[in-house]
Amino acid sequence: MSMLVPFGPQHPVLPEPLQLRLELDDEKVVSAIPVVGYVHRGLEKLAEQKDFIQDTYLIERVCGICSFQHSMAYSMGVEEIMNIEVPERANYLRVIWAELHRMHSHLLALGLLADAFGFENLFYTIWKVREEIMDAMEATTGARVMLGACCIGGVRKDINAEQAKFVLEKLANFEKDFKRPAEVILGDYSVKERLCGVGIIDGKKAYELGTVGPALRGSGVAKDHRMTGYAAYGKLGFEPVVENDCDCYARTKVRVRELYQSCELVKAALAALPEGELKTPFKGNPLGEAAVRVEQPRGEVLYYLRGNGTDKLDRLRIRTPTFANIAPLLNMLVGCGLPDVAVIILSIDPCISCTER
Amino acid sequence: MSKAIKKSPWVVHFNCNSCNGCDIEFLACLTPTYDVERFGVLHVGNPKHADVLVVTGSVNNRNKHVLKNVYDQMPEPKVVVAMGACPATGGIFADCYNVIGGVNKVIPVDVHVPGCPPKPEAMMDGIIEAVGILEKKRKGETVDAPVLPVKVVKGPEAPPMTPEMQAKIAAAKAAAAAKAAAAKAAAENQPEAKAE
Repeated sequence: MSMLVPFGPQHPVLPEPLQLRLELDDEKVVSAIPVVGYVHRGLEKLAEQKDFIQDTYLIERVCGICSFQHSMAYSMGVEEIMNIEVPERANYLRVIWAELHRMHSHLLALGLLADAFGFENLFYTIWKVREEIMDAMEATTGARVMLGACCIGGVRKDINAEQAKFVLEKLANFEKDFKRPAEVILGDYSVKERLCGVGIIDGKKAYELGTVGPALRGSGVAKDHRMTGYAAYGKLGFEPVVENDCDCYARTKVRVRELYQSCELVKAALAALPEGELKTPFKGNPLGEAAVRVEQPRGEVLYYLRGNGTDKLDRLRIRTPTFANIAPLLNMLVGCGLPDVAVIILSIDPCISCTER
Repeated sequence: MSKAIKKSPWVVHFNCNSCNGCDIEFLACLTPTYDVERFGVLHVGNPKHADVLVVTGSVNNRNKHVLKNVYDQMPEPKVVVAMGACPATGGIFADCYNVIGGVNKVIPVDVHVPGCPPKPEAMMDGIIEAVGILEKKRKGETVDAPVLPVKVVKGPEAPPMTPEMQAKIAAAKAAAAAKAAAAKAAAENQPEAKAE
């Protein structure tokens, strides 16, 4: 006999309201039904009512964790419609802030994962390391979460030599302080017990279900949108991080390795930062359509924009990585035990606020 | 028991309709750099154990029942802290079709912390203020309703323009017109000067 257990919307391990109705047979999950809509605001419609320059700051608030990458994707879309060429320095600065955002997001996800399997000390240690990255963002833009640094045609803020030195110091601190927590999360016996062989999805199935981000790369598929070399990624030399174990441990390992990779990307971008303008001035309103993809911490986000020649957009559509990852998540949950549900959910690093907007 | 509440308020956190910005900053408060636990604040998952409800984000039709449910499960005395601009008025999302407005439309709010998102220092300040209000409520003293950080003025409810405001706008328009005329005159004079 099976029974239905509601998981959420207010749940200690979930920072956000998502409900999963779990059909249980004894302790094993038979099926999971997602119930969404708790954080739906109607942002896409609001973006059609505000003008396209105000939208940059509205769209930054799609999600508080990857806010810079949302405004970057939107700006890239408008730039594509209006044929604005972004100055080279702005492209490098965008990469720096995007990678700092990826680092803070991955640290946040690893901390919450540690909290989900009850390793509170590890959670606190990882979040302490995360503050180094937050300091770097605050020093360069003046804000910790909503940077407001990206605008159409370039960036609004600059990084001078003194700030660059501060960021490098913080990155050195990160490398030093993260060494121990990384050893624990990848090598500790009790952590491995909770992560290895849990939530398995093979590469073929993951690809068919449209998985994106670390969840896909943890299943051995080398797909990362940064490989296409948008912004300045093409010039910095980028190789995707891939793991082949297909379980929660592989996805965690991808995140840990990507942290170091992002650290190297920020260093490389700071070293190669060219001189020049921050922003290309532009006139007129967008007329036409564009689809832009950007790799966020959770995977690939798709922005579709259509302008009609007025200052208000005709349509804005956002397809977020967590939306793509919900179908694979339901697939991973089948057959696992009830105590593993929280770990599996956090192994895809869900962002419900992105998904429901 | 009551002394223990003052020394150690337990906090339950509910994400109503937030963009996560305030939630991650509130979680950052709990971690070693800011560490609200040094004030005895403990983050719990069960509303039945909690004294302080921290709400982030505005209210929509779907989650207002959940919020009311979480609030009703908390034992008296209890305090509600609204973190950020969204639980105060709806914030940047106030005009969205699925946003009813601030949290105070569903449950009474005691402390508002302004910001989008507020800094962790401001959040800690809000929680410490909430502890003071909790103590007042426990003693049965009256608590003043909080003042919203901003006044919400939507289109139809906007106040009519006063004669002074109209005069000011007319003066600004006249000044702009005069400036434009002067610029035009200067532009017309210049080619003549070149021709000469």
